[in-house]
Amino acid sequence: MSLAIDVQGLRFRYGRGPWVLDVPELALERGTRAFLFGPSGSGKTTLLGVLAGVLKPDEGRVDVLGRDLASLSGARRDAFRAEHIGYVFQMFNLIPYLSVLDNIALPVRMNAKRRARLDGAGVKEAAALLADHLQIGDLLRKPVTELSVGQQQRVAACRALIGSPEIIVADEPTSSLDFDRREAFLDLLFAECGRAGATLVFVSHDRTLEGMFSRTVSLPDVNRAAL
Amino acid sequence: MLVLDLALKSLRNRAFSTSLTVGSIALSVALLIGVENVRAGMRESFSNTISQTDLIVGVKGGTIQLLLYSVFGMGSPTSNLSWDAYREWAEHPAVEWTIPYALGDSHRGYRVIGTNEDFYRHYRYRGGQAIALAEGRAGSEVFDVTLGADVAAELGYGLGDEVEVTHGIGEVGFLNHDHLPFEVAGILDKTFTPVDRAVYVTLEGIEAIHFGWEDGAPPMDEHEHTHEEVLAMEEIEITQVTSFFVGTTSRRDVLRLQREINDFEGEPMMAVIPGLALNEMWQGIGYAETGLRLVTIFVVLVGLLGMLVSLYTSLNERRREMAILRAVGSGPKSIVALLVLESVCLAAAGAVCGLALVYALLSAGQPIVEAQAGLFIPIRPPGSVEWLFLGAVVTAGFLMGFVPALKAYRTALHDGLAVRV
Repeated sequence: MSLAIDVQGLRFRYGRGPWVLDVPELALERGTRAFLFGPSGSGKTTLLGVLAGVLKPDEGRVDVLGRDLASLSGARRDAFRAEHIGYVFQMFNLIPYLSVLDNIALPVRMNAKRRARLDGAGVKEAAALLADHLQIGDLLRKPVTELSVGQQQRVAACRALIGSPEIIVADEPTSSLDFDRREAFLDLLFAECGRAGATLVFVSHDRTLEGMFSRTVSLPDVNRAAL
Repeated sequence: MLVLDLALKSLRNRAFSTSLTVGSIALSVALLIGVENVRAGMRESFSNTISQTDLIVGVKGGTIQLLLYSVFGMGSPTSNLSWDAYREWAEHPAVEWTIPYALGDSHRGYRVIGTNEDFYRHYRYRGGQAIALAEGRAGSEVFDVTLGADVAAELGYGLGDEVEVTHGIGEVGFLNHDHLPFEVAGILDKTFTPVDRAVYVTLEGIEAIHFGWEDGAPPMDEHEHTHEEVLAMEEIEITQVTSFFVGTTSRRDVLRLQREINDFEGEPMMAVIPGLALNEMWQGIGYAETGLRLVTIFVVLVGLLGMLVSLYTSLNERRREMAILRAVGSGPKSIVALLVLESVCLAAAGAVCGLALVYALLSAGQPIVEAQAGLFIPIRPPGSVEWLFLGAVVTAGFLMGFVPALKAYRTALHDGLAVRV
């Protein structure tokens, strides 16, 4: 089976600071639902930044879907992320001056290749379908400021999923939800990732969710630079 | 187009600070263009004070002094020209017409000008407009007086009212020619030139009130002439004029005629070309003009700096938004484009609102300025100067947009997807 993510000898630091990431090896197969955990300061968010192509590694290879991000220019990495990666933040995921629909549609409006992946469906239809799947179909016209935190996270999930990117990266998306809602959110997220055949990289410090994933990665174990 | 859409929605989301910023830019742009309009209006009304007059002739002295007392009713001549000398030039073959002026008296602060029917026939202002009467007739009898529009309006005079002339040029003269009052025969149409603020009598009238004043002091009571005595005279001899305007038969003769008059041996006199003299005078005032323009340009810069401050301070609360845009695939350059575009939109909106404000204020204020300051500001479609200013404001907005944009660029590159607060 081909690898979605294949990291070899990755080292990263901010400017001339201390090493934040020192990952000799990390590989995730396609379709994996990976659970990355580690305490704060173990480099979770930084690793996601590197995997998403926002941060450029100082050393090593970071193959994502067979492309070495370390060798791509900044603009290429941005284009790659726009086309292949969906990203969910821990909180405050939405742009306050856009409607729910516009927030969901942002990636496909931004990138023509991602838009081409809608398979002929219109942007609005695709957004509405995803919103239905995540049970927020009635919120499309609302201003995002009127949504609850749980609703905001589902909108963010829709945005990550639209245009069926191969990789979904989620940075503690459930930490601001209570337990029941976490499970419900994850069930919906898994269902959509399964439908699209996407690889999910899910970061959390909350190990109670671990059992729902197909693979667990302990960041302090793979990152030698972790505190 | 997505970036433009984002920029507009983002500005709309911050409606209050956006409208404050646009408002302050609009006010500063309105000031800039307004001052420019007033300046152009002043210059135009200044150089349109007289037209079609080729030469102004008076006693030898300062060019600007001659212009001031004979055209603008300011300052006073040092001495007069003799009537004979005036006639000699009036009959010169190169001269088509002349307007004689006898100055030196006033009525309640307004200049009294002795002239004749040539004034009504030949005087031109603002592109060749002639003097017209609003009421009555052009005064031609010895004790007739014709009032400028402002004089009539401010002193509330009507046809047939009596007017006394004061010797000398002051609000309160202590030597009044009150034994020989004049009667209002006509009132002139408004011209928006110094003509409106003058009182016109005949040359004979000026002579009549000065009978017995040959030594410069009023005659003793027993020597004063009464109305009846003056009217009984068959002919009043005119002895002097202060200055005269000349229209030549051919424009080509102007310079030669000017030289001839300046070299005249009979009396010390000089001729000036009004257009040149007006220009020379305006250049003297021009420093103030440049200063005013500099001030307004600084006001616009302050307006734009306000925009810069508001965009810059909003960056901190927008770091989350930048991170989201990065996450969905925006390059740092798109972030720069977004912020620069917002800045350009603010500056452009400010410029357009400012322009609209100027025209609103001009059309509302034009009659008031006209009535209060006697300044007619023409309302024209924006000309090249205005477009240049507007272009400069938008360009400045564009350039200033790079200040917050480059900060956001650095933040976006460094922060990645984490938001460090």
